Parts: sequence; structure tokens; C-alpha cells
Amino acid sequence: MAVNDISFEVAKGEILGFLGPNGAGKTTTMRILTGYMPPTSGRAVVAGYDIFKESLEARRHIAYLPETVPLYTDMSPRDYLDFVGKIRGMSRSARRSRIDDVAEMCRITEFVDRLIGKLSKGQRQRVGLAQALMPNPDVLVLDEPTIGLDPRQIVETRQVIKNLRGEHTVILSTHILPEVSVTCERVVIINRGKIVAVDTPENLQRRMAGSDTIELDIRGPEEAVQAALRALPQVIGVRSRANNVDSLLFSVECEAGADLRETLASTVVQRGWGLRALRPAAVSLEDVFVQLVTDEAPAA
Amino acid sequence: MIRNTVAITQRELRSYFVSPVAWVITAFFVSIWGILFFAIVTGSREANLRPLLSNFSVTFLFVGPFLTMRLIAEEAKTGTLELLLTQPIREVELVMGKYFAAVGFLMFMLAVTLFFPVLLSVFGNPDRGPMAAGYLGILLQGMAFMAIGLIASSLTQNQIIAAAVTFVVLLLLWLADVVTLGGAAAEIARFVSISQRSQDMLRGVIDTKDVVFFIALIVGCLFVTTQIITARRWR
Repeated sequence: MAVNDISFEVAKGEILGFLGPNGAGKTTTMRILTGYMPPTSGRAVVAGYDIFKESLEARRHIAYLPETVPLYTDMSPRDYLDFVGKIRGMSRSARRSRIDDVAEMCRITEFVDRLIGKLSKGQRQRVGLAQALMPNPDVLVLDEPTIGLDPRQIVETRQVIKNLRGEHTVILSTHILPEVSVTCERVVIINRGKIVAVDTPENLQRRMAGSDTIELDIRGPEEAVQAALRALPQVIGVRSRANNVDSLLFSVECEAGADLRETLASTVVQRGWGLRALRPAAVSLEDVFVQLVTDEAPAA
Repeated sequence: MIRNTVAITQRELRSYFVSPVAWVITAFFVSIWGILFFAIVTGSREANLRPLLSNFSVTFLFVGPFLTMRLIAEEAKTGTLELLLTQPIREVELVMGKYFAAVGFLMFMLAVTLFFPVLLSVFGNPDRGPMAAGYLGILLQGMAFMAIGLIASSLTQNQIIAAAVTFVVLLLLWLADVVTLGGAAAEIARFVSISQRSQDMLRGVIDTKDVVFFIALIVGCLFVTTQIITARRWR
């Protein structure tokens, strides 16, 4: 069984990130949502229609971009988009203007009349996104939409997806973490076919942190600095490690909610040590993710 | 319903005509037919299309697999089927669309051969009725072949396997009445034999029973293909 007891809701106009390691069941979930595969048990309702019982009606509201971006290589993007438009029941004039719009949005205008077979991976990826946007669907299911794109195209594609917020509901699967924090309002993390967390990216990070950590780059005697920082109220612990040739990096763990940045700064400066940098060390989504999907270290 | 089928047929037909394979197959068979035409007409010195059409019908054993192997197997392999099956179209629309495209290409190939009866009419005085009946027979037989090939193409992702399966099935149906069997088995063999039925038509005899047989076979095959594609979702 690829997925088991996956249950989540997406609000209209929301962008939901679907995060998980390879083989976690992301693609299976998307295939069930788009009506490609029936669930052996349970149900999926899209735009108010049961994807299995009222499949056709549900599919009218969904567009899908599979991970492999399957396209007809013997057609041009324009012809292909036109074909998708026809199947979606769009009139000839509606199709023509929509093709121009989505070509513009996905930046495929310059090769819209070339054969898909001659396009690069990144270009095809964008044609795939254009194909999904063509019918202007209520719900978009995108499986790894930025794979194979160069960094600039990734930024552009994320912007396209972010612009869909409000009007379209987007479910986006990815294993690239920054993508989720940049584009998604809510994250579902799945591992081995089960949901391990559902929350906003910010909440997840906060929840994992539990306490706040501040990093300081200080030029000064290690022992003395440690002792001085530990002596401050609300400080839980201090760790240090070598940073540059002549300075050390101190991680100061403080009680949650206590903002000690100014206290720490003035303490260091008063002692005459060189304070080179001070920043709150945010727990990255990577840390959250690793913590959630690693069985040996259960989340607190 | 019809809109989706038409859209798929159009796309598929275009795919036939942009593919070099289709043109090579057409060129190959038209050459063979030309040679047959030349050999038969110069041999018999008769303005009669029947011997030629009966040879044509044999070559369709090879044309059938070539024209149908791609239809669904290729889409399953490249993954475009996944995208197609998540569009708001019914499986039956997909199957019909594919089938009509194959029949369309078949008709194109047959249209090329109309050159032969035209030539006969210019230089001789052939009997028009039997010629028309013969073409109808060839068309019905070809349409049945396409439907059988479509099933095979829906069963696998491998075009070569699809073509081989189609060829074997067609050959079995073709030779069914040749195998000498006794009693009820012989009856069944004669019933399913495609060659027997098309040979009658080529003689100019259009029997409703034969027409109904071909149409039933085609509808049955399309139904089975639809079921196979629906069932594929469960794997």
C-alpha cells in the first residue's frame, strides 16, 4: 500500500505544499486526487464532487501536471494547448486568447510553434505547466513543478504559482524545502504513506524550535565569554565552535519568547570583546523535515 | 461526447500524418498493390478487380498491426495516457477517438488504391457493382482488423508486442476455416473466419449476416478496449 489514512483539506484559493521524501506516496496521492487511480478505501472530494463517483464532473475542475511531464512530442505547444482546450470544451476564440495568455504566463511564447520533441527539459516543464493552466481550473495539482528548471526559471515558476493564490486552489508536491516556505501557505508532510504534520511553514518551524537560539560571532576568550553569557538571566545554554581564524561562534539558547539580542550585545561590548555578528538562528524547514521523517528521533 | 471523440481523432490523425512510419507503410503497401495489379491485370487481361482485392485483403493482415500498435501502447509508455485519463473525458470517448483515427488512415490508404479501378474503367469496362461491394468488404474487414489491433495496443506498453499479438490473432481468424475440424468445432471455425466472409463480399455478394458480423465484432472489440482501459486504473 502506497498511502494509508491520508486525510487533509485544502481551502479554496489556498496553496498547499505536499512534502515528503522520495517514495513517501506523494505521486500516489496526487493520482488519486486527479482521478487517475481509484482509492481502495476512503474518498476524495474535489470542488464538491467525489473524484470516484462523480469522476467526470470532478475532473472538469482539476488540472494536473504529472511529475514526468508527459507531452506529445510530435506536436507544437500551441497545437497541444489547443487540443487540451478542445477537450475542456473551450470555444475556438476562447482557446486562441487563452493560449496567448498561458504562453505569456509560463514564458513559452518564443517556442510555442516549435515541436515539443525539440524542446529542452526546462522548456517542456513550462509547457506542462501551461497545459495545466490552459482550462483555467479551480484546482491545480502540480507534481514537482520546478524539477529540471534552471534557478531563474524556478523563481519565475514559483511566482506564477504564487500568483494563482486566491483564485485557484493549488496542491503542489515537492521535495525541495525552500519551495514550500516560499510558495505555500500550508504544508502537509507525509512519510511512508502517512501524514506526519499539517501546518503553516512558520508554525512548523516555531513548533520545532521550542526555544529561541541566537548566534553570536565574537572575538574574545572562549571560556570567559561562555561564562559571561551563561550568567545572564533566561539563558539556558551556550555552545561555542570555531568560526574564523580569530573569532568564535556562540550559540545561545534562550527561553522561548525571551528576546535577548540587546542584552547579549551590550554584555559583549561592555567586556571589550569584539562583536562581529548577531542573528537569531531560525530552525530551518530542513531541520523540521528531517526531525519529522526520521523515526529514530521522534518530535518532542 | 462527440466533441471529445472528434478532438482525439483529429489529434491522432495528425499524429499519423506527421509520422514517417505511416508514410513508409503507405508507400510500401501501395507499391506491393501496384505490383499485384500489374501482374494480375497483365496476366488475366480482364478488367476485373476481384483477384486484386482478394490479394489486398491478405496484405491487410500486415497493415493492421502496423497501423494500430501505436494507438494506446505509446501513450501508456510515454505517460501521456495519465494526462489524458485525468481530463474530463470518458474512456469510451478516448477509445472511439483512437479507433476513428485508425479507420481514417485506413480509408486514406484505400483511397490511394482507387487509382486501380479508375484505371480499369478508363481502359476497360469493369462491372461497377461488384467493385463497390468488394471495396465495402475490404473496408469492413480492415475496420475489424483495426478494432482487434486496438485491443492489443491497450494491453501493453510495448508496440512490438501489440503488433505481434494483433498479427497472430488476425492470422488465427483468417485461417480458422482452413483448419479441418469436425462437427460443432468446424461450425465455430467457419463462423469466426474473417477470410470466408470477406471473400463473399469480394465476389460482389453483400450478405447482411456478414455485415452484422463485422459490425458486432467491431463494437465488441471497442467495448473490450474500453473495459481494459478502465481496469488499468486499478493497477
